[in-house]
Amino acid sequence: MDLDIALILTQDGITSGAVYALLALALVLVFSVTRVIFIPQGEFVAYGALTMAMLQQGKVPGTLWLLVAMGVCVAALDLFRVLRGASSDGLASSLGWSLGYPLLLAALVNFLPASDSLLVQAALTLAIVVPTGPLLYRLAFQPVAESPVLVLLIVSVAIHVSMVGLGLLFFGAEGARTQPFLDAQFALGSVSLSGQQVWVLLASAGLIVALWLFFGRSLYGKALRATALNRNGARLMGFSPVFAGKLTFLLAAFIGVLSGILIAPVTTIYYDTGFLIGLKGFVAAIIGGLASFPVAAGGALLVGILESFSSFWASAYKEVFVFTLIIPVLVWRSLTSHHIEEDE
Amino acid sequence: MRNILEVSDLCVSYGKVEALSNASIKVGEGQIVTVIGPNGAGKTTMLSAIIGLLGSRGTVNFDGRLETTPDVEHLVACGMSLVPEKRELFGEMSVEDNLELGAFHRYRNGDRRYRETMAEVYEIFPRLKERRTQMAGTLSGGERQMLAVGRALMAKPKLLMLDEPSLGLAPLITREIFRIIAELRRRGVSILLVEQNARAALAVADYAYVLETGAVAMEGPAAALRDDPRVIDTYLGLGGKHQDMLAA
Repeated sequence: MDLDIALILTQDGITSGAVYALLALALVLVFSVTRVIFIPQGEFVAYGALTMAMLQQGKVPGTLWLLVAMGVCVAALDLFRVLRGASSDGLASSLGWSLGYPLLLAALVNFLPASDSLLVQAALTLAIVVPTGPLLYRLAFQPVAESPVLVLLIVSVAIHVSMVGLGLLFFGAEGARTQPFLDAQFALGSVSLSGQQVWVLLASAGLIVALWLFFGRSLYGKALRATALNRNGARLMGFSPVFAGKLTFLLAAFIGVLSGILIAPVTTIYYDTGFLIGLKGFVAAIIGGLASFPVAAGGALLVGILESFSSFWASAYKEVFVFTLIIPVLVWRSLTSHHIEEDE
Repeated sequence: MRNILEVSDLCVSYGKVEALSNASIKVGEGQIVTVIGPNGAGKTTMLSAIIGLLGSRGTVNFDGRLETTPDVEHLVACGMSLVPEKRELFGEMSVEDNLELGAFHRYRNGDRRYRETMAEVYEIFPRLKERRTQMAGTLSGGERQMLAVGRALMAKPKLLMLDEPSLGLAPLITREIFRIIAELRRRGVSILLVEQNARAALAVADYAYVLETGAVAMEGPAAALRDDPRVIDTYLGLGGKHQDMLAA
């Protein structure tokens, strides 16, 4: 192997590592706030990419009907609770979000002429798939929010399996690619960078900075961190765990869908591709102990680079290498970790 | 005088065990009301039930509104604050972030004047200002208690409920905390104070309840209870001399 190949491999690795980093951040966020190990994170990547592809083909994506159906379920649940005597405060706004928004979006997609602009398609994709995140939290996790981690994990696996099944129904077994955002090539010494790679890197870096600012500066971000540190304390500040859960799932879905839109032009995405991508993000999140954002991001780059190098040397085993990485990491973590007692 | 809080016939059960039975208390506006009693009498349970952390039967009337099923987020937004026994600080966040989060619901409702409240809190607790960039988890016991009270004050509460503010603190710090409780009353905050340190609590309070095995056993103006032979016997007892010095 010469230097050029090594550089190309590193460059490839960093590009996919950037996407894994985004997913790892989402996984760490969801786990630390809600204690859910979010297996379906990858499905949001596939749903994002394939919804975008269907919009480009001028079809109405099935995810739109999923959004409407989930909205109807949530609205029915809310109405049922009010009929059973719960307070009706905020019912109007919650119905607006669970019924009004999906129906309005469905009308928009069905009756407006399809747009050729990639930005419009990307915005529509985000508008369709991202809200399923909080709806999913409301339907699947909110009723069992206080359960042990294991129960939450099993719910998470069930959602993963159903989302893959629904993905097959919505998008078919065919894979799809989307048009690239930027059809340019940049020469960087002996290495050439494709426009899409630059896009992926810039967007990931931008999103990471935005998340960092959100959690470090804004009071909502701080409140999410506070919920992760001490749920009771956060409740006493008037920050409800339900709201925290919905906000977290909104962010996780947004990160997943955006990653899907970013990688769709460079990788062929199938209805079940998301799982493997999500799992690599998960390996990175484990490197960060499901708690540390910077270590998880670093781990993601490591996973990406390891994957691209092993696909060069022994491409049949590239997944094996990546997932074997988790064993030394777990050994190292269990040897170095010290249990910190709960505050007081 | 108007009552900021009226609790009637509050009952809480853990499974079959009734931890609190038909407790009724009132807190008048601008008053310090204390609930004293031995370990396990149900004092913490009562505060948790009032603010809605625990399910309960009975009625809670806060600031003129009847809460049939008290809900934490709602009550906090209405101006009730609890400083819990465990403090429940955000250990890996800075002192200033902890304080800011105390004003979360004000921020959410569009009230951006919490910076002024922070200046007030720093004025009451100069120690917190010195340590404002430090992680809350690295503070000493007394500083943590100050931060917990300061964080609750950031909400500009109409009623501040303090659960064992002197627990685990050195005598000198305890005295400082009680001085601050008296100071808060002077600033017009109504306070419901739960304490095991009966002498210090009775010295600072206007009205007092004695809670024993989940029920109100005695009540009356704090000054009267201080001289009641049963209270002296059970709660002020022989250690009284020592505690007298603390409370003074």
